[in-house]
Amino acid sequence: MVWYTILIQQIINGLALGSVYALIALGYTMVYGIIKLINFAHGEIYMLGAYFGFFALTIFNLPLIPAMLISMLLAAIIGMGIERIAYRPLRNAPRIAALITAIGASLLIQSVAQLTFGASFRPFPQVIPFQRIQVGPIFLTNRQLIMFGVAILLMVLLHLIVHYTKIGKAMRAVSMDKEAALLMGIDVDKVISFTFAVGSALAAAGGILVGMYYNRIDPYMGIMPGLKAFVAAVLGGIGVIPGAVLGGFLMGTAENLVVAFGSSTYRDAVAFAVLILVLLLRPSGLLGKRQNEKV
Amino acid sequence: MLDLKGRKGKWNISVLILLGILYLVIHCMAASRILLPYHIQVLGLVCINIILVVSLNLINGFLGQLAIGHAGFLAIGAYLSAALTVFYGFPFLLAILISGIAAGLVGILIGVPALRLTGDYLAIATLGFGEIIRVIILNIPAVGGPRGFSGIPRLTNFGLTYLLAIITVFVVKNFIDSAHGRAVVSIREDEIAADSLGVNTTYYKVAAFAIGAFFAGTAGALFSHYMQYISPAPSQIGFLRSIEILIMVVLGGLGSLTGSVITAFALTLLPELLRGFAEYRMVIYPILLILMMLFRPSGLMAGNELSFEFLEKLFKRKPKSNAKGVSPGGAN
Repeated sequence: MVWYTILIQQIINGLALGSVYALIALGYTMVYGIIKLINFAHGEIYMLGAYFGFFALTIFNLPLIPAMLISMLLAAIIGMGIERIAYRPLRNAPRIAALITAIGASLLIQSVAQLTFGASFRPFPQVIPFQRIQVGPIFLTNRQLIMFGVAILLMVLLHLIVHYTKIGKAMRAVSMDKEAALLMGIDVDKVISFTFAVGSALAAAGGILVGMYYNRIDPYMGIMPGLKAFVAAVLGGIGVIPGAVLGGFLMGTAENLVVAFGSSTYRDAVAFAVLILVLLLRPSGLLGKRQNEKV
Repeated sequence: MLDLKGRKGKWNISVLILLGILYLVIHCMAASRILLPYHIQVLGLVCINIILVVSLNLINGFLGQLAIGHAGFLAIGAYLSAALTVFYGFPFLLAILISGIAAGLVGILIGVPALRLTGDYLAIATLGFGEIIRVIILNIPAVGGPRGFSGIPRLTNFGLTYLLAIITVFVVKNFIDSAHGRAVVSIREDEIAADSLGVNTTYYKVAAFAIGAFFAGTAGALFSHYMQYISPAPSQIGFLRSIEILIMVVLGGLGSLTGSVITAFALTLLPELLRGFAEYRMVIYPILLILMMLFRPSGLMAGNELSFEFLEKLFKRKPKSNAKGVSPGGAN
């Protein structure tokens, strides 16, 4: 293969993987936009989503779409639960306390998952037979198309919710100014709960898509994608919804290009290198607005 | 650095004497087989963890910057010292010193850009740096790559870890009590106010970061020559290790050295004492962490030190007066 077909091939692979990063990054960015907290447990919600999907598909023999919906619903409930138990009491505490709690929540879910589901990986059921599609010199798989399609569909849905519903309007208001929103009669607690629910549902969908793509799930699968998705959110400008999508696609592509033209062992270092560069050169992210620090 | 005159000096001397007696007691107990070699082995690990926890507490507790890549410095120290003694035949003490300095220099290199960030961003950036160090080590075949570095001579003994743990605590303690230390604490209390009062915040941030990194590097050197093997697994030198150290710092109390020593001791011993507990360790720690943040965010010791004066206050306290009688962080 000539280099530019490899390039195009890797960009396509990257876009497919990036669409999942984007789904996870949306949860980070929405939560950060509203309560200025990095929800470290978000990667674990993604892992739980994959497991819920796995059990729905194998034990209850559900078809893919109901399995995905159930997994998203359960993940939403867990996301809201974490917010209610661990984050809400600390909303006015120092940031460091909330951040440490988030790390604790993440570790807890991971360890409980390891104890209940077992530490070894499980093969994800093949609900959709593998197909290879050839377009000129480029190969696509039907799974990549599904991954990309579902992710885009969910993003469009999110866009509609945020911009054309009442609760979406409330979310935007709370992220702009929490106190003012409270004065306008918006139930801020409810809006924050809803934000966690939506973010967690998107992450769960991402978990199932990746489970199908790589054919395997394990209790640690949430760590790296969680961190990478966070980097994607920062890259796009944290708190900015289109930024998370852009950041996710860029991260997925960058990662695949490094694997193709560099070394696969550096795959996980890419994300952090990107993060550090972004934070140093443009801390507000690609689509974020620069904000001045107030005393 | 070690002030031996005045009130502070008295404190230094009396604590040193007490620690010397403690060492003799442990030594005698080991000689008379009350403590088996296994117990001494575990105590050595306790000391290594004390170095790590105290040095991270300097950054997280006293400087108030949430850095969570401490295992990266540990990794530098562990691998560099092992390479120096195995490949180049360096004397061990020199290797420890060089690893500490190397980790400190990397700390400066990382600190200069990273400490421009605050809060959450700093946390993630330091986590990222820690992982980059790990990935780089994974890609060096000379030190074993993913298989890990084995065949390291056992040059660390309990006495050495004990000595270095004491040195770490004393240096950090005396640094905090010095004018430089007060500048560091002022950054934690209010960075903008400190800046406007003429404290060179960048300088002190990087300095505290470098000191913390230095000691983590020496702890790494001790660790690899204690276990005789070091692997690039996340639980050894990756973010899981970093978070384990962070848990010890937070449970002991951000800004409390005694708290750090107590939790380093307790949390290293607990999994050894309760074998069946080891499996649930990573379930119980995070629960403790969350509960601690919810109900006592200041940690076990809440910025206080277990000192002669603190004990006096504790016992002389009248039944009516409440905890407010104890000045936070001031007792020494």
